Amino acid sequence: MFDFSIRAESLSKQYMIGQERGYKNFREVIGEVASAPFRRLRSSNNGNGRSKRSAEDFIWALKDVSFEVKPGELVGIIGRNGAGKSTLLKILSRITKPTRGHAVINGRVGSLLEVGTGFHPELSGRENIYLNGAILGMRKAEINRKFDEIVSFAEVEKFVDTPVKRYSSGMYVRLAFGVAAHMETEVLLVDEVLAVGDAQFQKKCFNKMREIGNDGRTILFVSHNMAAVRTICKRGLILEPGKSVEVGEINKVVDAYLARANEEARDQTSSETESFLVHDVLIKPVESEVVKTFEPLDIVVRFTPKQEIEDPGVYVSILTSEHRRLAGLDFRDFASVHKLRAGQLVEMGFRIESFPFLPGTYQLEIHLKDMAQHKFEFVPKNYQFEVAVTPIYAGRKLDGWFGEVGLQAQPIAREGGEFITEQDQALV
Amino acid sequence: MSERVQAHQFNVPTFQIDPPQSWISLGLKELWEYRELLYFLTWRDIKVRYKQTVLGAAWAVIQPFFMMVVFSLFFGRLAKVPSDGIPYPVFTFCALLPWQLFAHALTESSNSVVASQNLITKVYFPRLIVPISAVLAGLLDFAIAFVILLGMLLYYGIVPGWQIATLPAFIVLAIMTALGIGLWLSALNVQYRDVRYTINFLVQIWLFATPVAYPSSLIPEKWRPLYGLNPMAGVVEGFRWALLGKANPPGAMLWVSIAVVVLMLLGGLFYFRRMEQRFADIV
Repeated sequence: MFDFSIRAESLSKQYMIGQERGYKNFREVIGEVASAPFRRLRSSNNGNGRSKRSAEDFIWALKDVSFEVKPGELVGIIGRNGAGKSTLLKILSRITKPTRGHAVINGRVGSLLEVGTGFHPELSGRENIYLNGAILGMRKAEINRKFDEIVSFAEVEKFVDTPVKRYSSGMYVRLAFGVAAHMETEVLLVDEVLAVGDAQFQKKCFNKMREIGNDGRTILFVSHNMAAVRTICKRGLILEPGKSVEVGEINKVVDAYLARANEEARDQTSSETESFLVHDVLIKPVESEVVKTFEPLDIVVRFTPKQEIEDPGVYVSILTSEHRRLAGLDFRDFASVHKLRAGQLVEMGFRIESFPFLPGTYQLEIHLKDMAQHKFEFVPKNYQFEVAVTPIYAGRKLDGWFGEVGLQAQPIAREGGEFITEQDQALV
Repeated sequence: MSERVQAHQFNVPTFQIDPPQSWISLGLKELWEYRELLYFLTWRDIKVRYKQTVLGAAWAVIQPFFMMVVFSLFFGRLAKVPSDGIPYPVFTFCALLPWQLFAHALTESSNSVVASQNLITKVYFPRLIVPISAVLAGLLDFAIAFVILLGMLLYYGIVPGWQIATLPAFIVLAIMTALGIGLWLSALNVQYRDVRYTINFLVQIWLFATPVAYPSSLIPEKWRPLYGLNPMAGVVEGFRWALLGKANPPGAMLWVSIAVVVLMLLGGLFYFRRMEQRFADIV
């Protein structure tokens, strides 16, 4: 057996951006050649005689990406848009060549970079299965063997001989994925194609991918759907635009990525009320990188009073993304603080020992108070944060079916006065 | 690990991915491995061409037929262009067949890479398949028109001699010519889109440089090898010789044509393979 399935060393890809899009016509070429001597006199960044290109005209879509994937691993590739995820897949699929660096792949590669590559609208479903299968690299004999499986996966039995241009978009996508899902390559590269289709179809695709993984094939899966990536993949790769890569166990990797994304997304600008200058609100999980249900969370408001505050207070409301009030914390209920001087940086807030709300998007509403002067000032900003989806609660993923609040509970079961569960069956 | 993957471990291919190189192999072995895809793409081109048309495959015949009628009228009858002692219509139709194959193959293959950009940017396969399938797709039209040609031979009472056995060789030569140029043009077209617009003009001029409407016996003997630099001259005269049993077999002219075709094809293959490395980035 091979000790690696994919090994990438310093893969880098440079693209030109701006006016020169790659193809030209003879007029431009002649123009460039004619004006070359004049440009050389005028001096340019690189005196190579061709059209002047400065550093801004180039962009590194990938820079020094190195990693190794073992046979049978399922790796998720995540990153912001433009981080180079699709470029990496294209290089590994041999569609485009790297500018620098090398890679070695043991095994045939099947790439799913787009749904229905090569589908022709005038041809029937049957004909397109053969065409698309051949394009993806399957032999005719192989397609023959898998034909019925593909058709039943796609649920298009009745329409197999109708031209594909008459298909609904759902049928189209199911058929396209159906063909690709039945490739028998050792390595499978999948690029966000599962973003199309309804929820039921997506579930079918995930199951199929898990099945493929169980078969011992290597899968590289690019997605923005963190839940999917957590479910299907064991390891993860974060790509950042033009930077090298972070690799690790999938949940750690996704958490790190989300934490960074949240931090950037959160509004960093300051806000002002009558008596206070509010810099920002820290929403920091104590033990992890992302906010998780049942884990400790610090919420701290950082502000500077514009005048002396005699009896300061902070009121934090936790709201749903639709602004429905879930809970509130008033600082005065917990402690009192001495007079605050003007102009000093103050941090006031709470440590919530076990954050009870389920994965989703939430808002914070902040009020700052001076009780002595009966001031109750609303900070005119919405502080939003995400509670991450994680497998918790006895290994089961909590979702909207349970509502908004998680409950930590112990099971009770008695028959005729006797306990019929083991007493020490804990939940988490 | 499942058994299927383990069984593969003994014949699993390894791929090396490197930055673009200037010297690159022709990749013919890989082309052979992908032969089924070549078949499917050619089949697709053919199938799609006549879908939803009323006349369908009749189009394959209409064009050369009407060209023959027009040529016969204006060149044969009015301008009294000689035709080596053979009735003018059959003389010119016989040449129009390989010409049609060539012109069509040239037009289709030169734009083939650009037209397949959605495939080229999404899937890996040897890109050579694209212009090759464009050229091969014209063979069906050729076959249909050939049947009409046989009908014409019958009508004029011309019975081909043993020379007809050489016909397949000339057909292959016509395909090689189209492919040779098609490879150069399709690769150039990706970078310089002018090529697409010069193609029509090129084909028109080429038609008159080829002995379709007139016999090559019109060219003075000493110039004929030079005339053979146009590979289609050799092809067309070869066709006529094979089917119509003319007196002299094509001589030096044909050999010059063959040499040109071979050089063009090899050059085209290497150039295409070299430029192929950047197709997905530029197209």
